[in-house]
Amino acid sequence: MASIDSKETNKKVILMGNEALVRGALEAGVQFVATYPGTPASEIGNIFAKIAKPNDIYFEFSTNEKVALEAAIGASFSGLKCLVAMKNFGLNVCSDSLLPFVYTGSVGPTVIAVGDDPSCWSSAQSEENSRGYAYLAHLPTLEPSDPQECREFTKLAFQISAKFKIPVMVRFTTRVAHQKMPVALGKISPINPATGNFVKNPAQFVTMPPRVLAMKTELLEKIEKIKNWAAKNGIDRLEGKIDKQKRGIIASSVSYLYVREAMRELKLNLPVLKINLFYPVDEENIKKYIKNLKEVLVAEELEPYLEKETERLAKVTNPKLKIYGKDVLPAVGELRPEQVVAAVAKLAKKKYVCPAVNLPKEVVKRLPNFCPGCYYRLVLQAIKKTAPEGTIYGGDIGCYMIASLPTYGLADYLSAMGSSIGIGHGIKKTNNQKVITLIGDSTFFHAGIPALINTVFNKSSPLIIVLDNQTTAMTGHQTNPGIGKTGMGEETIALDIEAICRACGVKNIKVIDPINMPEMEATIKEFLEKEEVSVIIARRMCWLLSQSKPR
Amino acid sequence: MKKNISEFNIVIAGVGGQGLITLLRVLSEAAREEGYDVRTSELHGLSQRGGSVEVHLRFGKKIYSPLVKAGSADLIIALEAQEALISCRYAGTKTIFVINNFIQPIPAKSALSIEEITKILKRYSAKIFAVSASQICRQELGNEVVSGIYLLGYASHNNLLGLKPEAIIKALEKSIPPEFLELNLKAFNLPR
Repeated sequence: MASIDSKETNKKVILMGNEALVRGALEAGVQFVATYPGTPASEIGNIFAKIAKPNDIYFEFSTNEKVALEAAIGASFSGLKCLVAMKNFGLNVCSDSLLPFVYTGSVGPTVIAVGDDPSCWSSAQSEENSRGYAYLAHLPTLEPSDPQECREFTKLAFQISAKFKIPVMVRFTTRVAHQKMPVALGKISPINPATGNFVKNPAQFVTMPPRVLAMKTELLEKIEKIKNWAAKNGIDRLEGKIDKQKRGIIASSVSYLYVREAMRELKLNLPVLKINLFYPVDEENIKKYIKNLKEVLVAEELEPYLEKETERLAKVTNPKLKIYGKDVLPAVGELRPEQVVAAVAKLAKKKYVCPAVNLPKEVVKRLPNFCPGCYYRLVLQAIKKTAPEGTIYGGDIGCYMIASLPTYGLADYLSAMGSSIGIGHGIKKTNNQKVITLIGDSTFFHAGIPALINTVFNKSSPLIIVLDNQTTAMTGHQTNPGIGKTGMGEETIALDIEAICRACGVKNIKVIDPINMPEMEATIKEFLEKEEVSVIIARRMCWLLSQSKPR
Repeated sequence: MKKNISEFNIVIAGVGGQGLITLLRVLSEAAREEGYDVRTSELHGLSQRGGSVEVHLRFGKKIYSPLVKAGSADLIIALEAQEALISCRYAGTKTIFVINNFIQPIPAKSALSIEEITKILKRYSAKIFAVSASQICRQELGNEVVSGIYLLGYASHNNLLGLKPEAIIKALEKSIPPEFLELNLKAFNLPR
């Protein structure tokens, strides 16, 4: 990892997709970086936490993705080159500010790196395909397939943003972010220290009607210009030639790699149109390509956006075109290389038997578990021992999601960041059962506080247990507002969860060390009888973190 | 094993926290050392917390996919014996299994014995090497952490892995922090 900001450029270095993306940002001269950690995008922040200071870059772990994006919007309005990184669900959180930002446009070029997680390797809540936001927000979107492209496309995204004054998304997936390969490096731009100059311009920065509608018109014109520019500059890549069989493939992201693998396996040399700019898609290029084809396979993961585009364009250029897509590839779960081989074989009328995946029946998948010394175990034990039968348990996003697994069975619902409290309130208002919700410290700061205010304001009475392990543990021990250190390692105020709860009007609050089991049990019992909201802050530093650094 | 392999597919299975990612780093540097193209795929985050983890590494003249295709692994290394079963998805008749003679029980499940596991794996491939890496590392080096490196040494010294021991030693020197290098080199050379 030491080599990510290396000045040496004469040899290839093995990099992970996230590392290569950081390298691309450095080569583009990024000045301002904000993120909230989330797999598969977490390493981007972790790397900047280490290299920002020596490279004169401003970096922060923000409280959530919305304020991360807003920080970057402010820095962009002040002329700085900005990068914001998050996982897919973070894009939902910041979408409220994202849409107007695409309207106002950027001043300093701004790139939003978003990690999707097909197959939900490290995600609860949904198998989100963030490409949908490209349409919703008119957000130009590039899709790298591997670390080399993570580096190149991040630079390209900065270029597009600089040229057209619009934020650009680099959308990748787990298999891109956590893929490694030898990457050719370019020169790191000399970075100007992160100081900007906000020049007042209400016509650009204030989205009040009627101006907002004029902005939308300007935005749509911008998108057309980007489309033409992309066509002229050949952002998408056509490989190979159409032969007399007139069969071809359209592919994006990691699916492209599986297509190339499939051609090798099947000894084929079909033409491939690799879509790099997902939005605005280069329609003329696709039309030109499919015009001369009889059959085409669209290889993409999750929702068939490119397939739909191809169908739409075929209607006007080549209505007889046979389009293969989600009829031969799954719409749920990441693609597997052998599935793509089978799809390509189908297109080429080649025989291929997809290897049967006959797992021995004795297989037991080992579920994740709490670390051996994790203090959450003690809190869960205390809950199990004290809470009456029929208690409803609200889960949230963090290591304590493990409490939802059968060993503990302590989550009756689990959805988005902070929703343990928000949904718990609705249940408590409409049911007689006791409600206990579990939320971590970082998640509490991220989205728990408005939900807490709502429970107090609307006279609800769940018992909220804040599992305060004084770090953002699941994603790799990033700092958060409760710790007293910024993402760049500077001292700052450590926000006091107890004081926040008190200020939000909570009357029953106790901070308890989880190793004090009798007090924990007695307090759970006592607070479950209260008619107002109660909060227990179970505070002790993450065991894993305490093992790795002296206290 | 002949040089200039067009592709060699490795799956490493284990339990989160067993050092799979370090093994990938060493192997990918070694493949580069031998002049091969290389791609890997790994998983981070929740899937790491003591759960089943599999990582992939492919090297050869030119590699595209970071994932090994079902049925096409040349080598499956299991750092915990029961985890070898999940990776059967990647096993075919040519697959070599190198499994650690080490069982970590799964909560609320009765653990399989090495004999039972070997019997199941034989349905896929005849080439199964069960190696007491954890036990030997504990006895000889006082540390089980390096049992993955031991298995790598076993595979390399026995010519099961198209990468020469010298290339892996160079990769270890490049990717292991100096304070742990000696221990790792010892573990690697122990099965020679």
